[in-house]
Amino acid sequence: MASPMRIRATEKDGIVDVRVLMKHDMETGQRKTPEGQLVPAWYISSIEAKVGDKVVYAAQFGPAVSKDPFLHFKLKGSAKKGDSISVTWADNKGETRTDKTDIK
Amino acid sequence: MKRYVFAGLLAGLIGTTSIASAQSASDQLAEYRRMLADGNPSELYEAEGEELWTKPAGPKKASLEKCDLGLGPGVVKGASAELPRYFKDTDRVQDLESRLMTCMSTLQGIPEADIVKGSFGRGVRKDLEAVVAYVVTQSKDMKVNVPAAHPKEKEMLALGEKIFYLQGGPMDFSCASCHAVDDKRIRMQDLPNLTKSKGATEGWGSWPAYRVSSGTFWTMQRRLNDCYRQQRMPFPIYGSDVTIALSIFMANKADGGIIQTPGLKR
Amino acid sequence: MNVQRRRLLQMTALVGLMASAGLMTQAEAATWNKAAFEAKTMDDLMKVLGGGAPQQSDAVTLRAPDIAENGAVVPVGVETSLKATEMAILVEKNPSALAAMFIVPAGADAFASTRVKMGQTSNVYALAKVDGKWLMSSKEVKVTLGGCGG
Repeated sequence: MASPMRIRATEKDGIVDVRVLMKHDMETGQRKTPEGQLVPAWYISSIEAKVGDKVVYAAQFGPAVSKDPFLHFKLKGSAKKGDSISVTWADNKGETRTDKTDIK
Repeated sequence: MKRYVFAGLLAGLIGTTSIASAQSASDQLAEYRRMLADGNPSELYEAEGEELWTKPAGPKKASLEKCDLGLGPGVVKGASAELPRYFKDTDRVQDLESRLMTCMSTLQGIPEADIVKGSFGRGVRKDLEAVVAYVVTQSKDMKVNVPAAHPKEKEMLALGEKIFYLQGGPMDFSCASCHAVDDKRIRMQDLPNLTKSKGATEGWGSWPAYRVSSGTFWTMQRRLNDCYRQQRMPFPIYGSDVTIALSIFMANKADGGIIQTPGLKR
Repeated sequence: MNVQRRRLLQMTALVGLMASAGLMTQAEAATWNKAAFEAKTMDDLMKVLGGGAPQQSDAVTLRAPDIAENGAVVPVGVETSLKATEMAILVEKNPSALAAMFIVPAGADAFASTRVKMGQTSNVYALAKVDGKWLMSSKEVKVTLGGCGG
C-alpha cells in the first residue's frame, strides 16, 4: 500500500502556499541491481490537487523527478484558510494515493 | 524549421559561469543545501515514526508511549537533546537507538538481538529508524544538553575520546584523521572538526539526516557505521558501547550548540 | 457569418471559458503526455508540445543552484507573473529532456518548485506557456558528486 504524503498548506495575504512530500522510489528504468538486472521504471506520473470537486493545480511527472518527490505550488483565489485541500498522485503502475489537509 | 535559440543562449551562458566559479565551492553548495532544506524527505520518516510511537506492536502488543527517553515515560519533546545519558533502570549510558531498543524489548517484547543482528533500513530496525526521525525532530532547534556529569557518563566520555583517536585498520585511520583539524575537506565535502564546539555542533547536530545519495534516512548509528566502512575498519556492532562512547564524546563537545536534526545531506 | 461557423466559435469560446474557469475534466488533468516525456531532445519535445519555438524571456524566472552536490536531487523552480496556463522543466542532457510539467488553472499562481535528477552538468530550462506561446529562461547547473564525506 502506498505510504502517506506530507502536505503543508498555509494561507497568508490571500495566497495559499502548498508543499507536498510524496514517498515514492521514482525508478527511471535505467538502474541496475548488483546482479545486473534492470530495475523497471516506476514513478509517479500525475498529481492533482483539489478543493472540493474543483482541480486547483495539476502536474505531470516523468521518471526524472527525484525520489521521494517534492512539489511546491501556490493558489490565489481558488482556496482559503479553513478549506480542505486534497492531493492525489497516480503512478505508471496504476497505484494511487490521496491525502488531505486543512489549510491553516 | 528555424533552429531554436538554445545554441546562442548556450554561448551566453558560458560567459556567465566563469564569474560563478570565483564564488567559493562552499558558498555554492550552501546555496544548493538551502534550496533543499524546505521539504526535507526526513519528514516522511518522521510521520511514520510518529505513528509507530503510538501503534501497538510486538508480542506484547504494546505501543512505545510509556518509553522513557530520559525525561520521563512518554516525554519525547527535548529528549534526544540530552542523549546519550545514564539510565538508572539499565545502569548504563545509552544513546537514542540503544534506548529505543530497550523500550522495544521491555514494552513490546521485541528482542534486542533481532534488531542488533538485522540490517539498516530493513525489518524491525527500519521501524526503529522511523521512530528516531520522529524523536529527533522533537528536539529540533533546541540546545544540546549533554554535560556528562554522572560518573558513568564521564567513563564513557573518556572511552569515547580514546576511540576517537585510536588508529587502526589497513590505512591506520582514526576518526581524528578526518575530524580533528579545522578546514579539512574530502573533495567537495567539508569535514567538521569534531574536537571543537563549532564543528561538533555541525557534525553531531545535523545527523540523523536524509541522505540524498542513498535516498534514505540515516540515523547516527548508520552514520558511524559508514565512517568505519570508510576507514576500512570492521563494522561496529549496532548500539554497542563503542558507538555510544563516540556519541557521548561528540555530544559533549557540542554541548550548548543548536540541534538541526533531522538534516538533509548529499 | 454562417450558422456552422457561429456554432464553432461559440463552442470554442465555451471550451475556453471552461478551461480558464479551472473546470478541467479528470481526463485532461490525468492523461499523461507520453509523447512529451519520451521525446529525447528538446527540439523533439517542442514539436510534441506545439506552440512554436520558445522565446527567451525575463518574465520567466528559473530558480536552480549553480552547483548540485548530488545530481539525484536538484531543486528547480519556475515562476512567472504573466498568465501562464502550463509550465515545464527541461534538463537538456537527460535521456529525455522533459522532467516535469505543471498545469495552472485560474486561481493558481504560475509557480512550481520540485526536484529533478540530472545525469550530468547541463542546461536547465524553465518554460511557461503564455497566450499559446512558450516563453523560457535557462541556466547551466553543474553536477558534482560530493565524494566520501558528508
